[in-house]
Amino acid sequence: MPYRHTIDSRTYVFDDLKTLLARASPLRSGDVLAGLAATTAAERVAAQFALADVPLRQFLTEALVPYEQDEVTRLIVDTHNAGAFAGIAHFTVGQLRDWLVSDAADAASLHALAPGLAPGLTPEMVAAVSKLLRNQELIAVARRCEVVTRFRNTLGLRGHLATRLQPNHPTDDLRGIAASLVDGLLYGSGDAVIGINPATDSPRVVHQLLQMLDEVREQYAIPTQTCVLCHVTTTLGLIEQGAPVDLTFQSIGGTEAANQSFGVSLALLQEAWEATLALRRGTLGQHVMYFETGQGSALSANAHQGVDQQTCEARAYAVARRFSPLLVNSVVGFIGPEYLYDGKQIIRAALEDHFCGKLLGLPMGVDVCYTNHAEADQDDMDTLLTLLGVAGCNYIMGVPGADDILLHYQSTSFHDALYLRQVLGLRPAPEFAAWLEQQGIFTAHGQLLPAAAAARRLGPLPSVLR
Amino acid sequence: MSSPIVLPPPGAAPEPDPWNALRAFTAARIALGRSGTSVPLRESLAFRLAHAHARDAVYSALALEPLRAGLEQLQFPFCAVQSRAQTREQYLQRPDWGRQLTETSRAQLAELAIGESDIAVVLADGLSATAVNGHALPLLRQLLPMLKAAGFLLAPITLAEQARVALGDEVGQLLRARLVLMLIGERPGLSAPNSLGAYFTYGPRPGLTDEARNCVSNIRPEGLTYPAAAATLFYLLQEAMRRQLSGVGLKDESDLRLG
Repeated sequence: MPYRHTIDSRTYVFDDLKTLLARASPLRSGDVLAGLAATTAAERVAAQFALADVPLRQFLTEALVPYEQDEVTRLIVDTHNAGAFAGIAHFTVGQLRDWLVSDAADAASLHALAPGLAPGLTPEMVAAVSKLLRNQELIAVARRCEVVTRFRNTLGLRGHLATRLQPNHPTDDLRGIAASLVDGLLYGSGDAVIGINPATDSPRVVHQLLQMLDEVREQYAIPTQTCVLCHVTTTLGLIEQGAPVDLTFQSIGGTEAANQSFGVSLALLQEAWEATLALRRGTLGQHVMYFETGQGSALSANAHQGVDQQTCEARAYAVARRFSPLLVNSVVGFIGPEYLYDGKQIIRAALEDHFCGKLLGLPMGVDVCYTNHAEADQDDMDTLLTLLGVAGCNYIMGVPGADDILLHYQSTSFHDALYLRQVLGLRPAPEFAAWLEQQGIFTAHGQLLPAAAAARRLGPLPSVLR
Repeated sequence: MSSPIVLPPPGAAPEPDPWNALRAFTAARIALGRSGTSVPLRESLAFRLAHAHARDAVYSALALEPLRAGLEQLQFPFCAVQSRAQTREQYLQRPDWGRQLTETSRAQLAELAIGESDIAVVLADGLSATAVNGHALPLLRQLLPMLKAAGFLLAPITLAEQARVALGDEVGQLLRARLVLMLIGERPGLSAPNSLGAYFTYGPRPGLTDEARNCVSNIRPEGLTYPAAAATLFYLLQEAMRRQLSGVGLKDESDLRLG
């Protein structure tokens, strides 16, 4: 069914919902590359006018990717909760926008929306409404959504900001990784997870890394969880071998074909979820999955099926929420300038991803990052970091000096998290904050103590460093 | 009037952290110290400088004249071509254009292809012309004599601007070469803005993807040195020509030998 909007005497026609969403998306290089972007600025706004008038019900009847061809579409349609949807079933996209930004949508009623009403929202509805929102509205609405998850600590509480400690090393050297890990702990990083991107997917190496992480966590009695971000099949094999797996990680996308390019399916993720749950290693909760996503991944695998990259990204969140994850983060600026060209596009995409994830009930973090061929720098990341702190982002990354020497991109440093916590008065996860205080790393008010005392009180170095 | 407040000087630069010795275990930026929640100025500027080198590398251009002179010394004819991406901005946003030659460049290469050859070498800017400007000639000075001595017939050398890896496949096809070897600047990291990558494809033609290629990366004096890179490439190229393939099928064997 075509959608139309007339500006002055010119009528803009959009052949279907998929096209309308793509044309309504704020400008980004990936949609231009895919040939999906509006060709003029006026066409983009015309599409946004037309999109505002689309009833939310339309999203339940007009699939962007055919139901028969795509298991992500089937997941979205089959798990849509009509009861949860009933309260907003009479809304158009524009009315959902108006309600979300209104005083009526206060924290309490939004809490009812996410997670209470979240099962009634599809990713496409949420992507659609995000395209009508300005950055400040993406921030203001997301800020009201509190999504709390638990494994060995409590993440996502209002007024808290967690970090993933990311001690990567180009050759998976145990001592190199442990050195960055100790550095991170002494700067107060690691409550979301201590998570290594391995240089290789070799089960033997991943097993060693898992054992080392588990030893360090036990040695210092850190109330956190650890993870090696290898392929899900590698983790499954290691679970069978009895490796200490807290969380199972996987990169996911928003179409069946994109997931195929990652070597996964919903059935495989289900198997991994069940296997990880069966280990029952969480002490406070059983959120055991960790997912990473990012706009442009579907297009880069030629698996976007004519759907714009932001909507594809929101569909990936449907995959994530199926498995009640502890952590989900968009690796927003990692993919490169052919998808998100500059700081402006990266910032917009990150705020969209955080908003969409939160509205769908996900514990969203963001890897605030860029590559050296993107038109971005540390100043852009400082801006984004601050905006996400205001928006109530669950966690960010902690990379030594913001420079990942394995993946060759720039993320956020341990110092960046200290800055954000200080200017916005945010605290680490409560259990982790108590541990930091007990170790003499932070004061009771969350200030970093002088380094010498902290290093003394942490006790002996991990065995690989002795 | 009250007298101005005179601040005490902040003192020397902040001390590195007491766990500074852990720096021996990793090149990561650990034990940086801090001023308040900030990274010390010295570290902050060191980071900026590394990023500045990387940015300058992304926007660097092939030094055509020195490359031309160097190739003439090696007694190789060459041809300069362009991709459809006319500017760096286009190049960064349109990888598809960086994989296609302009019509003019196509015609030039077709004219140059006087007969069949074994190997066509392409020097391409990629994401760091700095890498090519610095490392391509020293590597070729080692590699080309080895290839010649082994009896391979070499096509004229192509210098390609605003080029992605896959552009080499079309160059190879137009030059009627059995194999194309592309030396191209890799995406700059903070630790190395000048890493050269070598990609080769047997039976080059447009439309091939990464699994049809082999790659030897991180070629630079502080990484994979010229002699080591030349030896590895010489072995792999011989194998590719002997077995008439490249890509996934070739990789395992080379790994065995290298490992």
